[in-house]
Amino acid sequence: MSVITIERKVLEKNDELARRNRDLFAQNKNFVINLVSSPGSGKTSLLEATLTKLREKITVAVIEGDVQTDLDAQRVAKFNVPVVQIVTNGGCHLEARLVYDAMVNVDLAKTDLLVIENVGNLVCPANYDLGEAHKVVVLSVTEGDDKPLKYPSMFRNASVLIVNKIDLLPYVSSDVETLKRNALSINPDLIIFELSCRIGTGLDAWCQWLIEQSTHRG
Amino acid sequence: MHELSIAENIVDIIHQYVPADERKRVRNVFTSVGEQSGVVADSLEFSFQAITASTELEQSRLVIETVPFIIRCTECGGENRTEMGGRQCPACNSLDTTVLSGTDLRVREIELEDEQQENL
Repeated sequence: MSVITIERKVLEKNDELARRNRDLFAQNKNFVINLVSSPGSGKTSLLEATLTKLREKITVAVIEGDVQTDLDAQRVAKFNVPVVQIVTNGGCHLEARLVYDAMVNVDLAKTDLLVIENVGNLVCPANYDLGEAHKVVVLSVTEGDDKPLKYPSMFRNASVLIVNKIDLLPYVSSDVETLKRNALSINPDLIIFELSCRIGTGLDAWCQWLIEQSTHRG
Repeated sequence: MHELSIAENIVDIIHQYVPADERKRVRNVFTSVGEQSGVVADSLEFSFQAITASTELEQSRLVIETVPFIIRCTECGGENRTEMGGRQCPACNSLDTTVLSGTDLRVREIELEDEQQENL
């Protein structure tokens, strides 16, 4: 037997392509977030609520990732912002290359904030850097306060946690303090926002943070 | 099930290091998988076998070493493995810790059968 020593990261190629995306975002002074969550936690609703508040203040573009259909892109297009839909045809996550290819349809020079909405999946997207500034994980209170412990990779790799649907707290057994404690035990550095897209609670603080992050780069 | 995509990345790396006419000789492919990498070793092995079947790599197999999740505590300096990826120091309960290992996926070595033996 002969042995070839390699010692390389398996996802090195994706990491390289993510670096290329990140360089491009830096050149164009874009603030980029990668929205991740399980299906149905409210990523697209959050995007809609955010666009309602932000689109007159900063320029926003959106890349939508879904296994099938352009339903989300249709929802976002109603806000008159540039939106590109990536259909993965069964793929469970977005990769840096897919985002790069989608960017030919986005005018980065005219974009303050680029939101990439990942495929709804609390496992696979955790491993793939897309070149974003922050992975923003959305967790709704209806999903249960134990989810950070059950899906730790996503909460470790995210830097922002949005606790969504807090208007439903009276009807569910989730406890927000337990949820936050669980999340911080996996990642003590998480920035946490609690909000409800439906009734608007907490959206101002989230949007203010996005504006600050987006404009500090320009 | 992103293990399939991970397996494809491993095959790409093998292709970069082993020229086409030598790939039939690839046997053990040594990889390390962090216990908190989010990758399931069994699924990764299965995916690797599935995509290398009926290719020049069909006689190769993944050998997966699991790397423990270890954190270092800034407060007490302790280096400890924690259950389930927690960041709280088991010695002093501080959350001021950094991750040392257990989140990476790496290809470490490729073993090739010697040419003479292959011809026997």
